[in-house]
Formats: sequence, structure tokens, C-alpha cells
Amino acid sequence: MRALLHLARFLTPFAAATAAGWGLSTGGVVNPYWVQIFQLACIMAVSALGLNVIYGFTGLFSLGHAAFYGIGAYTAAFLMKSYGGESQLFFLASLLAGGGCAALIAWLVGLPTLRLTSDYLGIATLGFGVIMKVFFDNADSFLPQLGGARGMTGIAKMTTVAWAVMFLGVSLYLARNLIHSSHGRALVSIREDEIAAGIVGINTFRYKMAGFVVGCSFAGLAGGLYAHLYAFLHPSNFDFFKSVDVLMIVVLGGLGNMSGTLVASFGWIFLLEGLRVILPPGYIELRWVLIPVLLIVTMLLRPQGLFGIREFPLLRGDTE
Amino acid sequence: MEVFLQQVINGLQIGFVYALIALGYTMVYGIVRLINFAHGDVFMVGAFIGLYAIERFHLPLAAVFLLAVLGCSLLGIAMERVAYRPLRMAPKIASLITAIGVSLFLEYFTALRQVFGPNFYSFPRPFAVTSWEVRGIVLTNIQAIIFFVTLACLGLLQFIVYRTRLGRAMRAVSYDHVTAGLMGVNVDLVISITFGLGAALAGIGGVLYGFAYPQVNTFMGVMPGLKAFTAAVLGGIGSIPGAALGALIMGQSETLTSAYLSSTYRDGIAFLILILVLLLRPSGILGTARTEKV
Repeated sequence: MRALLHLARFLTPFAAATAAGWGLSTGGVVNPYWVQIFQLACIMAVSALGLNVIYGFTGLFSLGHAAFYGIGAYTAAFLMKSYGGESQLFFLASLLAGGGCAALIAWLVGLPTLRLTSDYLGIATLGFGVIMKVFFDNADSFLPQLGGARGMTGIAKMTTVAWAVMFLGVSLYLARNLIHSSHGRALVSIREDEIAAGIVGINTFRYKMAGFVVGCSFAGLAGGLYAHLYAFLHPSNFDFFKSVDVLMIVVLGGLGNMSGTLVASFGWIFLLEGLRVILPPGYIELRWVLIPVLLIVTMLLRPQGLFGIREFPLLRGDTE
Repeated sequence: MEVFLQQVINGLQIGFVYALIALGYTMVYGIVRLINFAHGDVFMVGAFIGLYAIERFHLPLAAVFLLAVLGCSLLGIAMERVAYRPLRMAPKIASLITAIGVSLFLEYFTALRQVFGPNFYSFPRPFAVTSWEVRGIVLTNIQAIIFFVTLACLGLLQFIVYRTRLGRAMRAVSYDHVTAGLMGVNVDLVISITFGLGAALAGIGGVLYGFAYPQVNTFMGVMPGLKAFTAAVLGGIGSIPGAALGALIMGQSETLTSAYLSSTYRDGIAFLILILVLLLRPSGILGTARTEKV
């Protein structure tokens, strides 16, 4: 009962945000384009939270996050397209299946690779990401519905503001509770010093696996939402650069900082789109000249990320 | 058999170009433990310097290479000075993100119409292509130039690193830069020179790549950069022969997959080999494992 009350209190701001967003968009106050961007930012935040659990809290350097995002996207889109029709319940089920599938593959990938350390793990996950991209490119040779290099079409537009915000709220809740539990402390201790964590009796391999699988399942969930937001999937949406985007968000926000990830996700997506509007016509190419400069300057001035270690009150542990 | 040998020769051609890029990655990683994502873009700048030197200024071949070397090493040194040196004491990830930022900046800045431009440009060849045929296997003079230049660079680098005072300083900084500094090594200078040397090799690689695949674009460095870094890890990062070996393996896996399987699987196979090697020998084929100190 207490847990339910707690969840309700946690989700209230998200419900309010949804209602406000819904009201503004149906009332015609906000351009539907910006509503879509808002949903994309929520989805990005879910995926980035996943990477934050993997890299920020557990310290596992992953350069293949977009691959798991893609696995979730293709799984959910395939299930929904083949069996789902327009059913909201089936949509939820296929999103969860997408997350589950990403988690399963993360487990299989983790079994051999999580023995590697730091940069080498990064390279191995980068390699896995490239392999998955090649797989998506050729996926139509065994499942024609997946579309391969031509892209997958005919996906129902199921993602709404409510779905996006709800998943963001739930994943923030889950991540927060995980991090402030004793299991979460175990993850952080591995990041701080893996050898010392092992000495005090933490099964480091199992916890690393747990962190990796949980983080990748977030990516899978986000991928499913993404697939049903734009109703079109292309392998290039899941290549190395998308993994880098998520990594940049997590580092900009501050490693191991959920508030930072949240703010950086929204900031990143809205900056990308906002520059499209602000820059005068004919100067759109400057967008990608300005963004790296901002990125470099931010890193030079605040290498620990925008937020450092401070969290929003909602995301703090109960004891803090 | 002839088809196979011909593919091996073609694989050597791309493999040697990868080797030139991989050397820069391995040197920089060896000395500052940074994956310099912008290195692939230095390679691109090298190719464009070559393009302008040949097309606009009609310079002789030696001057083209010299210009590419000078331009790229200046770029490498400037990059280190502006973006990486201030972060040397910060968490490693900050430098990595900065490297990604530098890489994006170089790609998109040079793609502006006022700089190199956003299109594909054809790379002029200042000499006629001739080829020799031995028992059905064709070797072109471009391939000969690539093999010769790359081997010369490899030899020179091996000489610098293992036979000169500068090389000894580089190895010392790579081993422990604080202690090296205490022993009187000018750490900043050594790191600058390492970036410059690596970038110079990438510049030569860019010009050679232009000869072999005569189409250049400001994003041309991304995939070769990624593959060359992978090659460096495959061969054992920090090792010069390892980088060359890894690059040759990447080149072979790429051409042989294209020839016998399908070019769409090309990148997948190369990275599959990488993962398998990392699982069996985490420090790479020729790398030496460093024991972790508690």
C-alpha cells in the first residue's frame, strides 16, 4: 500500500505534464510537430536512462546502445504489424516484448563480453552495434516484413504523449528505486572499484550483467515507442552515430545522474530542432558546426557534466 | 586461385591504407589512452589537401605528400592543444566526448560551401595508371606506390620509436607520464609530437586513398577511421607492427567477404573477427597484457 502511494506521488507530475501536453496539442495551441518532438525527447530520455544505468552507474562502457534500441524497435514493430492491428493492449504487450527481446540479447552479448574492461568493452559493443546494423540491413532476406535496407513501413502510429510520458515516468521510477536499493549500491561500487567490490563479497559479474540487461531493456522499450511514433524504421536510425548521440546525452547530463540525463535529453532534442527554426534559411548547415562547438566548450568548462552529482528532489533516495 | 590472389592484392591495397590510419590511433592511444575519434577526419583533410595541391597548384608528387604531411600534423597538434590538453586530468570520458565533438566539427565545418563543400569530388591522378600482369594477377602502379609508401612509413616510425631519443621519451610517457616528467622528459612536447606524427601518417594515407578510390567527401574518414581503430585494437593497441597486422586483417576480411559472400556483410564480418579476437586475446594479437595493480 505504501509503495502504491509512493508510486502515485511520484507519477503525479508526469500525469500533470501529460494532461497539459494533451490539452495544449488538442487545443491547437502547440504545433503538432513540436508535440512529436516532445515525444521523441521522452523516448530519448528513456533510452539515455538505460545507458546511464549501464555506463553512469555500473561503469560499463557501451558504444552499442542504439543496437538494443533497434532490436526493441524492430521486435515491437514486427509484432504489432503482424498481429496487433490497432489494439492498445497489444501495443503495450509488443513494447514489453521489444524490451524483453533487447534484454535477452543483451544477456547473450554480455555473457562473453562483460569480462572485458573499459575501452575494450566499448570496442566490443561497438562491434556488436555494427553487426546489428548489418543484420538490420539484410533482415528482409529472412523476414520480408522487416524491410531491410529499404526501411520498414506500414507501422501503426500508436505512440501518444500519454504513452511516452508514462514510460518515461515508469522508467525514472524504476531507475531511481534500483539505484537507491542495495542492488544499486552494488552497481555503483563496481563502477568505483571492481576489485574492491569483489573483495567485499559482491558477485561482480552477475551485477554487471544485471546492470547491462536492465539498461538495454530500457533501450528496447524506447525503441518500440520510437517505431510507433514515426511509423517508419530504417537501419541508419540505429547505427554507431545514434549510439554516440545517447552517450553524449548521458555524459553531458553527468554520469550517474538521472536528472542530468533527463534535462540533457530534452535539451539535446529541442536544441537540434530549435536550431532548425532559429537559423536563417540557407544557414541550416551551420547547425552541425555549432553543436560540436557547444559540446566541446561544455566539456572543457564542465567535464563532470552539467549537473555533477545533484539530483532533482523527486529522484533522490528516501534517506537523503 | 587467380581470383583469390587478385582479391588478396586488392585487400592489401585497402589494408595498407588502413594501416597508415591505424598507426596514428595506436600511437595516440598508447601515449594518452584516448580514442581520438577525430583521427579519421584528419585523414579526410589529408585527402583534400592532396586534391587541392594537385588540381589547383599542379604540384609534383613529393610536394603533394609534403604538404599533406605538414597540413595534417599542424591540424593534429592544434587539436591536441585546444581540445585535449585542458582535459588531460579530467575523467577520460570527457576527452572522448570532446574527440567526438572535434570529429563532428571537422566533418561539418569542412562540408560548408565556403570550405571544401558538401559534394563528392573526383580526385585527380597526376600520373597515368599502368599495370603489370603476372600469371593473370594484375598489380597497378597505384598499388605499388601504396605498398612502398606505407612500408617506408612503418619502417621510419619503428625507427623513431625504438632507435631515437624522442622515441624513448615517447615510450616513457606512454608507460607513466608523471614519472617521465620527473625524469626530465618534456611531456607536453612529446604528446604534441605524437599527435603530429600520427596525423602526418593519416595525411599520407588520405592522399594514397585518393589515388586508389578517386572520390572524396568530407565524411569519407568516418568508416575508415572506425575500421582503422578497430584494426589497432585487433593487433594490440600501442604496438606498431600490431596496428599494421590488424589493418591487413581488416583489409583482407573486407575484400574477401565482398568477393565470396556479399558486400552487404562486409562490415559485419570484420567486426565479428574483432569480437572473437578480443574474447580470446583481450589485449589484441601482438599486444602485451598489462597486469592490473591493486
